[in-house]
Amino acid sequence: MFKAVLFVWMTTIIVLALGLPMVAQPQAWYQFPIIPALGEKARIMFFHVPTAWLSSLAFVISMIYGIQYLRKKRMDDDNKSASAAGLGFLFCFLATATGAIWAKFSWGTYWNWDPRQTSIFVLLLIYGAYFALRSAVEVEEKRATLSAVYSIIAAVTMPFFMFIMPRILASLHPEPILNVQGKVEMNRTMLVVFLSSLAGFTGLFYWMWKLQVRTRTLELNRKY
Amino acid sequence: MSRPMHNAEQWLRSALSIFKKDWHSEMRTRYAISALLMFVVTTISIMVFALGSESAPADVLSGMLWVVIFFAAMSGLARTFVAEEERGTSMTLQLLATPSAIYFGKLLFNLVLVTGVNALTVLLYTIFLAGFVVKTYSIFIWTIALGSIGLAASSTIIAAIIAKANTKGTLYPVLSFPILLPLLLTCINATRLATEGAFLSESFGEFQFLISYVVVVITASAILFEYIWKD
Repeated sequence: MFKAVLFVWMTTIIVLALGLPMVAQPQAWYQFPIIPALGEKARIMFFHVPTAWLSSLAFVISMIYGIQYLRKKRMDDDNKSASAAGLGFLFCFLATATGAIWAKFSWGTYWNWDPRQTSIFVLLLIYGAYFALRSAVEVEEKRATLSAVYSIIAAVTMPFFMFIMPRILASLHPEPILNVQGKVEMNRTMLVVFLSSLAGFTGLFYWMWKLQVRTRTLELNRKY
Repeated sequence: MSRPMHNAEQWLRSALSIFKKDWHSEMRTRYAISALLMFVVTTISIMVFALGSESAPADVLSGMLWVVIFFAAMSGLARTFVAEEERGTSMTLQLLATPSAIYFGKLLFNLVLVTGVNALTVLLYTIFLAGFVVKTYSIFIWTIALGSIGLAASSTIIAAIIAKANTKGTLYPVLSFPILLPLLLTCINATRLATEGAFLSESFGEFQFLISYVVVVITASAILFEYIWKD
């Protein structure tokens, strides 16, 4: 049931996000306004922003279940933590790739070490290091403990980027949802599609995560 | 034994004796010190040969200084915990001292090691690379001092993780880099300010950042170390 609803929901969003016309002065409800300097390229935000949101959400979920594991020592929590990290890595890669493609057409280059690009690059590195660490430890309990500790250490140092990044370089990354002036440049339809896409992607993540956790639990039980 | 004052005293004494033990065993073999020193000398001479008669601008050199410092730390600081596992002495140590005393003893040892090596790195760097001229010494000394503490803080906890994993050496820089990147970027920035001759007050933002980084990392490590240490 959940799968079917999710499928219809995501299909509708993809059709609406790519299909609805963009005009300078929206008259009808189904028209998107043109955001200055972005134009048709603004459509990527319906897919890029949810993936970026999921890559950080997955990181937080992974850390929370890591803490849970350290407190209660249940392998179930480690499964949840590792599955969330795996999906986070996937979505982080998608966010980086979609962002780079967008940057090629907006900024003229795939990669220019914009603060946003640097911070997602660091997030990718953390995910990479996390899995390198997991693959290096054979004993399951030890692997769970060490990776949980590493994800917590990484999570406490990650917020420092928010403070130092603006000191080094000014960002060119657009913030169409809530910009500095606090002005929403999207009309209601656009906002509804955007938020539905965010909800849809989160639902997709939840479904994939549950599947991963079940698969991992089965694999773990098969060994004994 | 039950009075809290007595416990604090005992904790301090056992942390210091962990430090002394590491110091004596290091002095006997001189493994970490010679590895670190040779690494620094090698890297700086490669830089000098690569530059030849060219002179690189000061901001490039202040970035390269931290590249040398980072990789020097990566080549020697894992030793404290890896040696315990290799010698099979970690079990004995678990019986003799509390995890937090062990953590702070090891942290102190790494701190002394990294500060000494960084002092030598800076000395060699200023002698051999003529383009690197520090104009504001107060900023530079504070940056090196705080940077060393931060480096020791993060690399100690990562070293504890590494020692329990199967691959000892190769993973160390991989795991440390994302954790250390905020520190390195800030230190590079502050060093550049020092070479540009900025006033001390201009770099207070960097110092605030470095101090809060150190506090956060050491607090988190002190809490988490117990979980890594107990098998």
